[in-house]
Amino acid sequence: MSGRATREAFGETLVELAVEGIDVVAVDADLSKSTTTAKFASAYPDRFFNVGIAEQNMIGTAAGLAVAGKVAFTGSFAVFATGRAYDQIRNTVCYSELDVKLAPTHSGVTVGPDGGSHQMLEDIALMRVLPGMRVLVPADYNAAKAAIRVAAKTPGPFYIRLGRAGVPQVYEDGFEFEIGRANVLRDGWDVTLVACGLMVSQALAAAEILTEAGISAEVIDAASIKPLDVETIAASAAKTGAVVACEEHSIIGGLGSAVAEALGENQPVPFRRVGVRDVFGTSGDGDELLEHFGLAAGHVAEAARGAIGAKVR
Amino acid sequence: MAAFDLKLVQAKAARMRRDIVEMIASAGSGHPGGSLSAADIVATLYFGGALTHDPARPDWSERDRFVLSKGHAAPVLYAALAEAGYFSRDHLKTLRKLGSILQGHPDCKKTPGVEVSTGSLGQGLSIANGIALGLRLDHSPARVYCLLGDGELQEGQVWEAAMFAAHNNLSNVTAIVDHNGLQIDGACDDVLSVGDIDRKFSAFGWQVFEADGHDPSAIIDRLDEAASIKGAPSVVVCRTVKGKGVSFMEGLCDWHGKAPSAEQTVQACDEIATLIDESEVAL
Ligand SMILES: Cc1ncc(C[n+]2csc(CCOP(=O)(O)OP(=O)(O)O)c2C)c(N)n1
Ligand SMILES: [Mg+2]
Repeated sequence: MSGRATREAFGETLVELAVEGIDVVAVDADLSKSTTTAKFASAYPDRFFNVGIAEQNMIGTAAGLAVAGKVAFTGSFAVFATGRAYDQIRNTVCYSELDVKLAPTHSGVTVGPDGGSHQMLEDIALMRVLPGMRVLVPADYNAAKAAIRVAAKTPGPFYIRLGRAGVPQVYEDGFEFEIGRANVLRDGWDVTLVACGLMVSQALAAAEILTEAGISAEVIDAASIKPLDVETIAASAAKTGAVVACEEHSIIGGLGSAVAEALGENQPVPFRRVGVRDVFGTSGDGDELLEHFGLAAGHVAEAARGAIGAKVR
Repeated sequence: MAAFDLKLVQAKAARMRRDIVEMIASAGSGHPGGSLSAADIVATLYFGGALTHDPARPDWSERDRFVLSKGHAAPVLYAALAEAGYFSRDHLKTLRKLGSILQGHPDCKKTPGVEVSTGSLGQGLSIANGIALGLRLDHSPARVYCLLGDGELQEGQVWEAAMFAAHNNLSNVTAIVDHNGLQIDGACDDVLSVGDIDRKFSAFGWQVFEADGHDPSAIIDRLDEAASIKGAPSVVVCRTVKGKGVSFMEGLCDWHGKAPSAEQTVQACDEIATLIDESEVAL
């Protein structure tokens, strides 16, 4: 894939926020070069803290900084930042509704050759279930910047899911992120593709493939997974009568589950999930793994045909 | 325990270093620094008689266990396992590729000879303790060795495990620390000082030994002493150089997690070749 990685927005945006006078601080766990918080560290050395390889302590320290009135961002990789420190996130950050903004990088299979131990596919599920936690999964670099900015300016805990690999540009510079609002990127009549993260680009590519087959697909970026824009998604489902959810995450507990819950209660229609089917990741090249795990545009188009075929005529 | 032959262990370590550099180069990614710093330690375990093991029977119940807690150093383990004959050397060039038995971090469901999957730092010592408890319940004389990074010691779980091993008198556990002084974001002392590792383990009730981590004779002597300790777990703190054996990688954080270019690989292998005495290696 091409374009800038969402993680590249992290350190840069923290610097911008600090310049604007927002009281941001950052805590990382020996991964500041990979997460890009090192950029913030060099601009604001006294507002950056490296806890070493100690993710539980990273979250706990950020919580304390938030109690002291700071807007505390945390780094590390998605797998360690969520799983390793889950109780700290639940019982300290969320239970106390603290201004801790988790923005770990290296989510999903596009982590690549490091393999299954490092490809976090369950983080949306883990974070979505926590009371008060907002979960944002930006589609590109500009959306990531916007998500970080809005999280910094909105009280309470946030999870912003960032990736390692470069992704195609979807949004213009200056795009503003609205919490709880899904963006309809393309109008269609036959099927709705609801996606998040880098799967937004795959869904847009799938819509092109479907057009050639005479199928009109609506594409929605549901970057705000929690709160979810139920209204927009249900309205689109009512119009098209078939929905496919697309995510670089397990099909269990993530965007697909959130959309299924929303549709089940509001607008039941034939529904398919594109995601990793209850297995761990594996070593390989990022693009190759999107194919391997059935996350490429062609797979999305195939799932769309399946959902359309299940409509009651 | 097989007899210790210094020349043999050194030759094996050199071959492992070459394999480490070549497999990471062909993968295009991976962790050379911490693999090279541990090469002499792992060679001493597998080829110096420290580990009782049988490559033809990876699940032999009486084998000693090795847990690579610093899982990112998978290449050093793969090099040793291939050299010992757990699997064909042909696999080495498939490292980190789709479908390979050699994953970016050790995967016990895919690689013969890997006891348990690792890659999330800080967890290996707890696993080693659990294995040691199980072996003790089964009245097995087998021992458990666990290799940790020095940066890895920053994980709190390591010290929870350290406390547990001493409390339970796990004398069948020997931890080995690859004390190369570096992690990813810089020197351990700059990122988060680990302090006096010897005194920390000692205060936690461990028998502490020190060795030059690039001198197999010293390593085997300390491991032998550690194995004779009764009533307490033991740790051998090995002073090492990250990237050891490749001049342009030595002592540099930059080489923690990146692959050498084609020219760099040639240079590295030329340097390592001068260390390999083929006549010493039983093929
Ligand atoms: C829980 C966890 N946090 C972070 C990482 C990412 N990581 C991989 S290697 C490494 C540095 C390890 O340093 P050290 O233990 O000193 O290893 P060595 O110098 O021997 O390579 C880090 C932070 C990880 N693998 N696991
Ligand atoms: Mg180290």
